[in-house]
Amino acid sequence: MSGPLIVGVLVAAGVFLLLRPGQLRLVLGFVLLGHAVNVLLLAAGGLHRREPPVDGGGPESADPLPQAFILTAIVITFGITVYLLRLLRRAARRGSRPPETWDGGPR
Amino acid sequence: MSVLLIVPVVGPLLAAAVLLALPDRLMLRRIVALLATAAVTAVGVVLLVATYDGGVPVLRVGGWPPVVAITLAADPLSALLVTVSAAVVLACLVAAAGTRDDRRRAFLPLTMVLSAGAYGAYLTTDLFNLFVLVEVMLVPSYVLLALSGGAGRAGAGRVYIATSLLGSTILLAGVGLVYGVTGTVGLADLAGVAREVPAAAVAGGVVLLAFALKGALVPLHDWLPRAYPVASPVVVALFSGLLTKVGLYAIIRIYAVLYGGDPAYHPLLVAVALASMVIGVLGAIGVGSMRKVLAFHMVSQIGYVLLGLALFTAASLAAAVFYLAQYVLVKAALFLCAAVVRATRGTDRLSRLGGLASSSPLLALAFGVAALSLAGLPPFGGFLAKFLVLRAANEVGDWLVLTVAVLVSLVTLLSMLKIWGVAFWGEVPRAARERTARPGVALLGPPLALGGCALLLGPLGGPLLQVADAAAAGLLEPAGYVRAVSGR
Repeated sequence: MSGPLIVGVLVAAGVFLLLRPGQLRLVLGFVLLGHAVNVLLLAAGGLHRREPPVDGGGPESADPLPQAFILTAIVITFGITVYLLRLLRRAARRGSRPPETWDGGPR
Repeated sequence: MSVLLIVPVVGPLLAAAVLLALPDRLMLRRIVALLATAAVTAVGVVLLVATYDGGVPVLRVGGWPPVVAITLAADPLSALLVTVSAAVVLACLVAAAGTRDDRRRAFLPLTMVLSAGAYGAYLTTDLFNLFVLVEVMLVPSYVLLALSGGAGRAGAGRVYIATSLLGSTILLAGVGLVYGVTGTVGLADLAGVAREVPAAAVAGGVVLLAFALKGALVPLHDWLPRAYPVASPVVVALFSGLLTKVGLYAIIRIYAVLYGGDPAYHPLLVAVALASMVIGVLGAIGVGSMRKVLAFHMVSQIGYVLLGLALFTAASLAAAVFYLAQYVLVKAALFLCAAVVRATRGTDRLSRLGGLASSSPLLALAFGVAALSLAGLPPFGGFLAKFLVLRAANEVGDWLVLTVAVLVSLVTLLSMLKIWGVAFWGEVPRAARERTARPGVALLGPPLALGGCALLLGPLGGPLLQVADAAAAGLLEPAGYVRAVSGR
């Protein structure tokens, strides 16, 4: 039960932040959504099996494939988050306040 | 033979690494990028020949067993798309040398990585690797858009990145759901699963939703006409040839393999296809620059391909594949024409253009051929493509589809005539008289070559049509692909 709950809360918080004005909230929203999807991937492999998935692991060993997926996904999310923050910083350095709406148009 | 499958993915990535290390000698850097892309084009042609009679070359990278290995495979559809995309990248690299887009140090490496991701997405056989390769393709595109954009690039860049990120997040969630329901992400093991397990159909639907967003299908199209037109025309040509087409390819592949072309989804797909065609073409009427008009037509033309997929007969799938291939070439030709206009006149806003037909007749020729092909007039390739889609719709006896398809191509013709009438005929604006530059070979060559392809595909479209037939047979009956990929 804890898996769906965590995913649900993270997605709700992420979507809430995405829908708020301001670009930093956009970045944070995507970070939360990324976490939500990572937990979802973990849950896809089954949350009840907890033993480490080493060579010749028993019936209780966790599914290694979703863990590999998550590792890849974390790397991608991290890289894109850094790029988004860089864009944000560039806008701030130019002295222009980041626009209130996400496409810079009137609210 | 199957070792060649690694070339389209690793070749451009290696070239990108070499380009980063090379000193600032522009000519040398251009040659490296062109050689890598030419090699991929050649490999694409070899793969086309190898897959034409139904063979499916499969490569398990590193020789791992099927469950663990990263498996690459080519069928006629993948081979054709790799070849056509590589040809577009080649044209864009030459045009970038003409417009001097590539004087920025990051341009060539980013283009190489972006194209490697696209080729890989066409060749991969599992959903998770599809996600990874789509990311490999998208991340350079964020940077390219931000680097090359003109006025309004900050806002457009935000729209583009936010939409793409949302699509990627949905895609990853969908892949996770598919794995949770079925315990696998390999396309071969998932064949037909959505017809048997309803939960798998829902999970696959999440993946398709993500690709519908990336492919800019109505009602998820709004980001494309906002984001693309701010980038430089060469970059837009690159994006239009690779990015949205990967989304479309993924939809075709997943619907054919996972859903086995389940007719239960026919009305939904037809509705999305018709809405894309109509809304895209109507959106193009009200905008004022060449790039914006062409961006709206992207949405509309994608609808025709989806229509071919929705009908899911041998004839309609062949029509969709033929349409996709010729449309990628034609659209790239049109955007590269816009690049020439912008390089010579400094703008592509229709209100500030005029008299291009007299100042550069070759450009007018390239644009005229590509525009008429886009509108679907004989004897160009676009006519054959539209005719094939219409004939397939006629076989099914769907009159609504027939009517809408014909009307949309009429409106397409009208908006191409609008560009022609305003920009190519008419008075040369006073501001442009003194500062008009003569376009060089690097600028004019690519659109002329691609326009020539559009012209030749009409009367000489037979070979491409045969490839499209082979691809359609593979989509209709994926058993051969599945057997080769799963190794059983």
